[in-house]
Amino acid sequence: MTPKLTPKDLALLNGEEGPAAKMAMSILNRMLPVFGVNRFMDIEAAHIDSTVYMGVATMEYAERLASLGAKVAVPSTLNVAGVDEHGWQDWDVPGDVAANAIRQMKAYESMGCIQTWTCAPYQTEHRPHFGQQIAAGESNVIGFYNSVIGARTERYPDLLDICAAITGRVPAAGLHLDEGRKGTKLFRMTGIPKALQEDDSFYPVLGHFLGRKASDGIPVVEGMEVSPNEDQLKAVCAGGASAGAIALFHLVGVTPEAATVSDAFGGGAVPPAVPLVMEDLREAYAELSTADGQELDLVVLGSPHFSINEFKALAPLVTGRKKHPDVDFLVTCSRAVRMIAEHVGLLEPLRQFGGRITVDTCPLTSPMLPDRIKHLMTNSAKYAYYSPGLLGVDVTYGRLSDCVESAVSGRVGRDEGLWVL
Amino acid sequence: MAGLAEGRTLASSEPLSFWGGYDQKTGEIIDRRHPLSGEISAGRILVLPYTRGSSTSTAILLESVRAGVAPAGLVTDRADVFLALASVVAGEMYEASFPILAVSREGFETISSGSHARITEDGRLILD
Repeated sequence: MTPKLTPKDLALLNGEEGPAAKMAMSILNRMLPVFGVNRFMDIEAAHIDSTVYMGVATMEYAERLASLGAKVAVPSTLNVAGVDEHGWQDWDVPGDVAANAIRQMKAYESMGCIQTWTCAPYQTEHRPHFGQQIAAGESNVIGFYNSVIGARTERYPDLLDICAAITGRVPAAGLHLDEGRKGTKLFRMTGIPKALQEDDSFYPVLGHFLGRKASDGIPVVEGMEVSPNEDQLKAVCAGGASAGAIALFHLVGVTPEAATVSDAFGGGAVPPAVPLVMEDLREAYAELSTADGQELDLVVLGSPHFSINEFKALAPLVTGRKKHPDVDFLVTCSRAVRMIAEHVGLLEPLRQFGGRITVDTCPLTSPMLPDRIKHLMTNSAKYAYYSPGLLGVDVTYGRLSDCVESAVSGRVGRDEGLWVL
Repeated sequence: MAGLAEGRTLASSEPLSFWGGYDQKTGEIIDRRHPLSGEISAGRILVLPYTRGSSTSTAILLESVRAGVAPAGLVTDRADVFLALASVVAGEMYEASFPILAVSREGFETISSGSHARITEDGRLILD
């Protein structure tokens, strides 16, 4: 396929917009055939996951672009960084890692990005709107933008999202186009009790199941009997993007491009439905935990970053109580949500409980946890999926209230009534 | 992504997220739910259908290139943007791009671990 570059693309490529735009466009241009298309299109916004500090190479990349004078061409929110910029000293972050991670943060700030520092940018004032064309990195953000909002982004890798933001251009491929947004697989929920669908613990498990069984496709799920809230849908996105590569799913009657099954398949052929039964969900539920004992060192909440409504749900559970002295209790969120939560009085009960808050980052992207932490509990499918590999810990998945009760007793405990039956 | 590479294969039909799945300091596969968990893929021809999950897979692969523990080359069953970008940026930043070959699903399934393999400059995979 011969590339069809516009005069603007060629100007970028030839360095007429400066050396940083030239480098960014050159990388995009080499990637064009990998996307299987021959032309670029405009974007209106970006979300930059290249902020995650993975080592010297990610810092050097950011600083190379910054030193060439890179500026973003569209409003660009920033994902989490390698450290909590003003709170890393409270944890076990090595000083040299913090210094490098902050250098990387400064490099992206110098490009004119919006300093959101969160993996839930859709829960800030920079939330995109239906149909908007975006280049987003960060797998849960990609899932949320596409599935829950109906904005359009491909799965952009770190390092490429910033190239798109600098040039304002992306390959005209995949999920940006109507054709690429049609469902590929239909699941019909069968015999899933409504009480379970109303429970928070259902959604991360549904996400994990979809990630496992529809891996890189666009799953469509019908048969929901309830209207999940935004945080529940966020949990589906995070689960599906951890266990698999789900960038878009349709929940019939719930998500904006799936009023009907036919809509979810873009008016085209609908494949035969695969039953989604309790047995499937129990299997996914079991997979999210690797621990078999009751030992507990840390409860961690907030992947994706905790929302104000999640703080509202947490506050009554912890008010007037104390966590066990041997268990750490950590919530990760954005600076903006922390500020609002503080303002409306949701943080004081958490502090009295013994809980701590980290912003800008999370334990998966910041080397902040002390070595003694070996047993972790979380209500997040994403924390549950990645912690064993990234942190070398055993993990137990449980709903929010189970996480709080376990933090109080010092032993992992779960009310499994809805799951065992 | 063109280039030359040679090494022993390390193969799985299960996709991998490099973030949380690949130790950028040693080249070990560390996703404890993955069939290749515990294997060291530095210097080998890593055979995976595609990358799953995290957007950070590219960054991890770039870090492993800088640390000298990247696979010598990769074979996938489809074009994978995350892996291809790591090769492009490794070339841009460190003049160290590596070959990635997308083969047909049928061809992919015939590759097992432990074979001696070469990726040629013209994009062929030769198994001994």
